Amino acid sequence: MRDVAVIGVGMNKWGELWNDSHRTIWTDAALKAIEDAGVDRVDSMYVGCMSGGLFVGQEHLGAMLADQLGMGPIPGTRVESACASGGLAFRLAYMEVASGMSDIVLASGVEKMTDVDGAAATYALSTAADQEYECFHGITFPGLYAMMARVHMSRYGTTQKQLAEVAAKNHANGSLNPNAQFPMKVTAEQVMNSPAVADPLRLLDCSPITDGAAAAILVPLDKVKEFTKNTPVRIAASAHATDTMALHDRGDIAAIESTARAAEKAYAQAGIGPKDLSFCEVHDCFTISEIMAIEALGLVEKGQGGAAAESGLTALSGKMPVNPSGGLKSKGHPVGATGVAQVYEIVNQLRGNSDKRQIKDAHWALAQNMGGTGASSLVHIFERLS
Amino acid sequence: MIGSPRSWREKPQRYRYEAGKCSGCSKIFFPPRLVCDACGSKTFETQVLAQTGVVETFTIIEVAPSGFTDEAPYAVGIIKLDDGVKVTAQIADCKPEELKLGDKVRLEFRKVTEDGASGILHYGYKFVLA
Repeated sequence: MRDVAVIGVGMNKWGELWNDSHRTIWTDAALKAIEDAGVDRVDSMYVGCMSGGLFVGQEHLGAMLADQLGMGPIPGTRVESACASGGLAFRLAYMEVASGMSDIVLASGVEKMTDVDGAAATYALSTAADQEYECFHGITFPGLYAMMARVHMSRYGTTQKQLAEVAAKNHANGSLNPNAQFPMKVTAEQVMNSPAVADPLRLLDCSPITDGAAAAILVPLDKVKEFTKNTPVRIAASAHATDTMALHDRGDIAAIESTARAAEKAYAQAGIGPKDLSFCEVHDCFTISEIMAIEALGLVEKGQGGAAAESGLTALSGKMPVNPSGGLKSKGHPVGATGVAQVYEIVNQLRGNSDKRQIKDAHWALAQNMGGTGASSLVHIFERLS
Repeated sequence: MIGSPRSWREKPQRYRYEAGKCSGCSKIFFPPRLVCDACGSKTFETQVLAQTGVVETFTIIEVAPSGFTDEAPYAVGIIKLDDGVKVTAQIADCKPEELKLGDKVRLEFRKVTEDGASGILHYGYKFVLA
């Protein structure tokens, strides 16, 4: 296995992009990554997309987007793992470079979610849960995470205000991110007073519906100088784990076991532990998700996730900043793109390019991306090279 | 919309609550599976689910998906049945705001949803307070 580095990243301003199509949003981000890397070719590409079929009626995305990029006949592979599609696309690109099969690989993700109405988008997202034994009974994604939140609150004393503080913190970070869909600050009180979606989760506990894409260029570390003058960011670990599809089949429904298992493998591969990390980007599709993710990653003790945002531990200026980009909550959550956008933030932070939200002397960073209620998780660890 | 083969295929579970009990280690799967994740056995016998249990967690759905909008707000929970199997289903005929973790419930056969005015009526199980 070869060491692999990221030498270029690209994304666009996320939001409700009425004038842009699935293909143009993706191509724009891919071209930005290629330009950032300074490469003149791509040998192979991976596209994470949860549901081109249900959101825009378009499948066969590997071929279509390679064509749009003007890179045909290179191999183009579409990857799906629900909301973790982007993270999985990134992992496959990593594996293709690490294996020696290709030298310059594009990892990317895209979702165009606003061409359908809210009910259709809700349906498309619900396909990440068990259609016959969860969704059939009228449960929604906010509902599934609400059921996890209720157990967490009952068992550990996590409060509604602690959930709200996660949203307030991520919107504060997102207010410094020019690519964020909702860069406005919100207070914990505003979150707690927003309309109920699925008790105990309120509207502002939930990540939004978003159009967006992100891309990254991966090359073998020992060949970086052939391709670019950029300072590379090393991929120190890549790990992937699954869990039961249905939430009710889990031993513990207030924990993300797939993330814990992937994190354990990733820390071992990188040779570091959670205390060595400078910051993390985690999958805060709901406020409770960030709380359970940071517990699964070992950033805090199990049950202590709720206190982390409230105490300032995970704030931009805290000891362990979480979601400096604004997270899914403020930056937006075009599901297939999310895992790659986490890499975009991490690479820019490790290069020192994050302007007002720059974390000083960042050296190690981790990205956690999950699908469904945690039936799949990807964990990647990155290291700055000087 | 749920097509008719996809609907009637699930009838043994939705109408008769049939689970698969592993012949190797007695673990019960609902719905039945082809291989046991605990012992690897591929032989199962049919066993009907226990029909009482406790509320392990629940939510109150305010923003409902298509097919359920007329019912909101309604409660959906994960019920741990007395045989140890856990299922997701609605908790009906209750005041959702008065539900508590650990409440005892029993299974009832109910209509769950329907495909429009002239489509399939989808029956299945819901829970009520015991």
